[in-house]
Amino acid sequence: MSFERILIANRGEIACRIARTARRLGLSIAAICSEADEGAPHVRMADAAVCVGPPPSAESYLDVEAVVEAARTTGADAVHPGFGFLSENAEFAEALAAAGIAFIGPPPAAIRAMGDKIESRRYAFDAGVDTVPGVDRALAGVDEAVAAAREVGYPVMLKASAGGGGKGMRIAAGEDEVREGFRSATNEALASFGDGRIFVERYVERPRHIEIQVLADRHGAVLHLGERECSVQRRHQKVLEEAPSPFVDAGMRERMGAQAVALARAVGYESAGTVEFIVGPDRRFYFLEMNTRLQVEHPVTEAVTGLDLVEWMIRIAAGEPLSFTQDEVRMDGWAMEARVYAEDPERDFLPATGRLLRYRPPPAAGVGGAADGADGADQPVPGGDSAGAGASAASGAPDGPGPGAGVRVDDGVEEGGEVAVWYDPMIAKLVTAGRDRDEALDRLELALDRYTVRGVTTNLAFLAALARHPGFRAGDLSTAFIDEHFPDGFAASRVIPPEPAHLVVVAAWMRREIDRLNAAVGSPSGAWPALDGADREYVVLVGGRSAAENDGGERAHPVSLPGGAEGVVEMGMEREGEQEGDGERARYRVETAWRPGLDCFEGTVNGTPLAVQVERARHGFRLTHAGHSARYQVLSLRAAALRALMPVKRPPDLSRFLLSPMPGLLVRIAVGPGDRVKAGQEVAVVEAMKMENLLRAEQDGTVAAVLAEPGASLAVDQPIVEFEAP
Amino acid sequence: MQDILRELERRRTAARLGGGEKRIAAQHAKGKLTARERLELLFDEGSFEEWDMFVEHDSHDFGMARQRVPGDGVVIGHGLVNGRRVFAFSQDFTVFGGSLSAAHARKICKVMDQAMKVGAPVVGLNDSGGARIQEGVASLAGYAEVFQRNVLASGVIPQVSLVMGPCAGGAVYSPAMTDFIFMVKDSSYMFVTGPDVVKTVTHEEVTQEELGGALTHSGRSGVADLAFEDDVDALLRVREFLGYLPASNREAPPMRPTRDPDDRPEPALDRLVPANPNRPYDIHELISRVVDEGEFFELQPDFARNIVTGFARFGGAPAGIVANQPAVLAGCLDIDSSRKAARFVRFCDCFHLPVVTFVDVPGFLPGTAQEYGGIIRHGAKLLFAYAEATVPKVTLITRKAYGGAYDVMSSKHLRGDVNYAWPSAEIAVMGPEGAVEIIFRADRDDPEKMAARTEEYRTKFANPFVAGRLGFIDDVVLPRNTRRRLCGALAMLRGKRLENPWKKHDNIPL
Repeated sequence: MSFERILIANRGEIACRIARTARRLGLSIAAICSEADEGAPHVRMADAAVCVGPPPSAESYLDVEAVVEAARTTGADAVHPGFGFLSENAEFAEALAAAGIAFIGPPPAAIRAMGDKIESRRYAFDAGVDTVPGVDRALAGVDEAVAAAREVGYPVMLKASAGGGGKGMRIAAGEDEVREGFRSATNEALASFGDGRIFVERYVERPRHIEIQVLADRHGAVLHLGERECSVQRRHQKVLEEAPSPFVDAGMRERMGAQAVALARAVGYESAGTVEFIVGPDRRFYFLEMNTRLQVEHPVTEAVTGLDLVEWMIRIAAGEPLSFTQDEVRMDGWAMEARVYAEDPERDFLPATGRLLRYRPPPAAGVGGAADGADGADQPVPGGDSAGAGASAASGAPDGPGPGAGVRVDDGVEEGGEVAVWYDPMIAKLVTAGRDRDEALDRLELALDRYTVRGVTTNLAFLAALARHPGFRAGDLSTAFIDEHFPDGFAASRVIPPEPAHLVVVAAWMRREIDRLNAAVGSPSGAWPALDGADREYVVLVGGRSAAENDGGERAHPVSLPGGAEGVVEMGMEREGEQEGDGERARYRVETAWRPGLDCFEGTVNGTPLAVQVERARHGFRLTHAGHSARYQVLSLRAAALRALMPVKRPPDLSRFLLSPMPGLLVRIAVGPGDRVKAGQEVAVVEAMKMENLLRAEQDGTVAAVLAEPGASLAVDQPIVEFEAP
Repeated sequence: MQDILRELERRRTAARLGGGEKRIAAQHAKGKLTARERLELLFDEGSFEEWDMFVEHDSHDFGMARQRVPGDGVVIGHGLVNGRRVFAFSQDFTVFGGSLSAAHARKICKVMDQAMKVGAPVVGLNDSGGARIQEGVASLAGYAEVFQRNVLASGVIPQVSLVMGPCAGGAVYSPAMTDFIFMVKDSSYMFVTGPDVVKTVTHEEVTQEELGGALTHSGRSGVADLAFEDDVDALLRVREFLGYLPASNREAPPMRPTRDPDDRPEPALDRLVPANPNRPYDIHELISRVVDEGEFFELQPDFARNIVTGFARFGGAPAGIVANQPAVLAGCLDIDSSRKAARFVRFCDCFHLPVVTFVDVPGFLPGTAQEYGGIIRHGAKLLFAYAEATVPKVTLITRKAYGGAYDVMSSKHLRGDVNYAWPSAEIAVMGPEGAVEIIFRADRDDPEKMAARTEEYRTKFANPFVAGRLGFIDDVVLPRNTRRRLCGALAMLRGKRLENPWKKHDNIPL
């Protein structure tokens, strides 16, 4: 390798992931960080680190000058940009070149060519890549848009040339919708990108998103590494990804791969890149765009090909030729990836922040190419044995036995760390692999249930619900998957777990363990006595009685645990309102090493392995499993009976309060006590994720009190202003 | 014989009905359980033995002769809570509104006397309209008899009051003299004079709930230690609570078996204290990471939140925890937090419960409100409580330990047994900025010089080493190893014996 030190111009999980490969290759590592990231894991993994500015990314990670300077001062001879930030910034690549530092990525010209939607379509068309029927020019006005739409054929999609992330996009089924959509798309594009150019193309209904990974060296070799399917998306953000695609056969893979390679050649591509296609139900595929960087979901390709993409990016940048041919690229087995975000799926996916009070990723023995501590064979080949451990990996063979078999976690956070408001809320990528899709998916389901995060809200339950959806298991995917299957949004309390009885049994079992400890209070110190073997009977109440818990009411399950039969739980049939069972009881056998105080119950019920997230709650637990989450109260029979006499307490009426919809900083308060406000009037401004959010009065009223001062850090649902009772 | 047995059964059935079906229904309609239902939940199933079920009042005035209910409005007896003996009385609101007659008071005194002899806690379930007015001074005498016993039992056996209904006038002073007062939200209240009298005298309009409800006393007055959701919640939580207390001052605190390893490392603690000394963090996180099973039974969580008090276990052995809370008022000491912690430390000292103190205190809260309110005397209470305590005292300074507040918070000089500091500890008379303002008054107008002096002071004192050199800190411990070190220190101290000089009693600055 001709490099000695590379600077990783990124943060979080991707910076850590790149550092692992660099370390394995024997490279020295330089990191950059903002003031908010000093001491972060990616900084501690590095041999040298430079703080490039204050927390906002525009003043630090996006500051070309500061990052180039950091590369210079740390003596790096190459820079890996990761993804996001400066990864697709041609000026950055040029500035590095001017400083005599290699950019681990494609040439600036290729970045520019593929960075513009209209230009990239033209390239694709010229290279013989199938493109969606459309008009390859910016539309001059509404009338031209209507004419173009007629030419292309309805339904059409109006798209911003500079677009991304779903902004500046409109679907139109007829002329009126084109007129309306053109205006709003133009405005949105102008506001978001400062570029109001719009073009039109045919809209493919219920499309899949399938992309081809390409790898090109500086010596003219361009290969593809097969496809990834990333159809499960939420507002154009990928959520679950896999390789290969359950929809693609060998012939289709070859055709898609050939087109991707042709496009890469046409733009003079080098390094790793991704050509994205949309695929119709008729298996016709159309070019979408090319991403001139490493993709978030690259590990699934690594898992099935055995290649380390970051390693190859580094080698290519160092001028090495690809050491294998297209024929040698194989896709073995199946891999899945779930993106773990700090966000609240039950509140419209608002980003969540805070301190990671618990952060215990699932056991991970590693999969695929991103190796850690492996011997670093000089020239890894596809399917070779460069596979090794992922981020939080324990040692172990990738497909060997053990709890972490076929699991890789790429993360960049740690327990006690802070998820800050300034950056992308993705905290980890969970990757699983198996011999086939079912095995990879089984592993994903279990690993998601094992993933313990407290203190910061995450989408883990949502991911688990998606992964367990029968439609996902069947591979019946489209980019509309989430909208179709979760039309009313996601509520973990409404998700029915695969084996509801198992959770009831687990709750009773855990309660018995705690009761046994309490029954032994007053034991002599020193050797602990054997815990008692008394018979115990409980009622497990699932759900809540108040409407606020939003879960369709409480269900009571009588359960008994015979003291003489260790691990056996007997459960009566579910009863509505009654307490006594009628003798019909099912027996369950529980095996687990759980002890009070652990956050995750791992074990088996009747031989079925399961992992359940456990949080202590009043008289029991909150259990989260397979996307389901509910309160499980475990009471003695008498307590359960008397509890029925207790009033259902309504949570306090918060309608008189203006609550902070998100964690953030209170920037401004526009009212004072005694002020009369009209519905819609600005009351306060909360800044979160660099965004100023205007909070308005929902109805006319009079301000009774202002409960927070400008400059205060707000928690979700923290009251800011109290209004007088009407 | 058969007749007697039949008669016994008849009488028992009648007694168990208390004030009758209608009144029981009314009690339930208020969201409250009956006196006997409450005892069923408090005690292990079937373990409660009731005494004095057939006691009746001996009043004849105002038609009382015709109104006699067996038990006379209070159920007394004893039973087991997780296998351990506990005495209890439970006032029955369905009988004469739970009002206290001479006979009713005698029953309460009976359980208290027996609990004192046996050496077992007394739990009082209060739900009473007040004095039995028909009995006049006899009822008042009954209260005083109970008060006297509360005082004599104080420090001998744990006394716990659970206020589950009205408790007004002189009646409040029995719970007030017990060790802990727990209340039930929405259905209990305590005040010396009710809303009607308040309105007549001061013209303030206030509801019962606002004047003396569970939230008022747990959040504002500090009279109550906890507010529970409802009766069931309250009774189940009291069962849990009793597990931390010894039966009497003749016993050691009760051990509970644990499988939580004593040496469990917690690397996240290395990141708990923010780099910026002016940034807060939540001390609860430290507590829940170092105690057995992460279980912390916090007391007064909503009162004087700048100090945290409660019980937990280390290696199976219960201990009291006192911790400055940097997330509230920067963790400073003020009148309320001093009173809160002082009373808690004294309880622990009565019952051999070691005190673990987590220190991050910038000093005492300044201001006229504090000085006029007597912070001198109230702060002295906490100092006094720590200084007189002879139980094992283990102290960990996590960050700031400034000024007099450093001395107060279970310092070495107040017979702290083991005093640890994290590397982030700053033990000094005050923060570097303030110190430099005073020492280098002459350079005050030269910001550059001042900055240099501040830095010099910070390097010198913003660390645990000066105190370490003087032996005021026994060791500097890595945050991640805190649990292991605390468990080890407490295990070492289990045999500690220390006695204060003989005296009739001390004179704590009340």
